Amino acid sequence: MATIQSIAGENEQHPDVALVERVRQGDVSAFDTLVRKYERQVFRIAQHITQNREDAEDVMQDAFLKAYEKLDQFQGNSKFYTWLVRIAVNESLMRLRRRRTGKMVSIDEDVETEEGSVPRDLADWAPDPEQNYTQSELAEILRKTIQGLPPGFRVVFALRDVEGLSTEETAETLGLSIPAVKSRLLRARLQLRERLSRYFKRKSGSAAVGPAPMGIDK
Amino acid sequence: MLDDLIDDAVTTEMRADLQEHLRGCEHCGVTLSTTRKTIQIYRSHEIYEMPSGLRERLHTAIMARCKKGC
Repeated sequence: MATIQSIAGENEQHPDVALVERVRQGDVSAFDTLVRKYERQVFRIAQHITQNREDAEDVMQDAFLKAYEKLDQFQGNSKFYTWLVRIAVNESLMRLRRRRTGKMVSIDEDVETEEGSVPRDLADWAPDPEQNYTQSELAEILRKTIQGLPPGFRVVFALRDVEGLSTEETAETLGLSIPAVKSRLLRARLQLRERLSRYFKRKSGSAAVGPAPMGIDK
Repeated sequence: MLDDLIDDAVTTEMRADLQEHLRGCEHCGVTLSTTRKTIQIYRSHEIYEMPSGLRERLHTAIMARCKKGC
C-alpha cells in the first residue's frame, strides 16, 4: 500500500506540524486551533458514516479527545488531518455497528450491486439543475440520496470527493487497497448520479424544469 | 476510464483518444457530465452543517477535558 506522503517538502513544513509540536510541549491553545480548523470536516465525515446526528456529535468530541490523548503516537510522516480522519472514521464505524447490532457493517465488505455499474438512466440533466430547488430542499435531496448508499461506498465518496483526500490517503485511512477505493468510488459516483437524475434530469420538450416532488424511492 | 478522466489521471494521449470518443458518443458524454455534476454538487453544498451552538458546547467540553489532563 502506498504511504501517505507529506505534501510539504522537507523545507516546507505543513503548518499543522508546528501546532502539533506546540501541543506536545503543553500548549493547549494550539490544540484549540487544530480543533477549530478541522471540526467541521470531522463532523461531516461522522455524519456521512453514521447518518445520525447524535452519534456524529459524540464522534466529533471523542475523536478530538482521542487525538489529544494519542498525540505521542502521531508520526510526522502522515498529515495530522489524515491521521485525525482515521480516528474519526474508526469512531464512526464503531457507533454505526452499535446501532446496527446484528447487521453487518464493514467497509471491507464489497457490495455487489447492478446499480452503479451500468448507467441505466441516461437522460441529460437540466443546466444548473440545483437552481430548481431551495437550499433546504436540495440539502434534503442530497442527504436522502447519499443515505441510500452502502456504508462502504458512502465513506469512500465522502473522503475522496467531499473532503478531497487523495486516493492513496483514502486507501490508507480505510485500510483498503487502491483498486478497492477506485472501484467503490466509481460505483458510488454512478449510483448517486443515477439516483439524482430523477430530480435533475431535463424534461423532454421543455427548457424549464420544475421541482420534482420530494422523497426518494429506495 | 470514466473515473480516471474525472480525476484527471489520464495521459495526454489517452485524453485525446477519450475526447475523440466523447465527441461521437452521447451515452458517455452524458454519463461524464452528470457524474461530474454529481461530485460538484456534493462538494459545494454543506448538507451536514454544525449548528454554531453545538460547536461552542463541544468546544468548551473538549478544552475543559484537555486542561484537566486527557
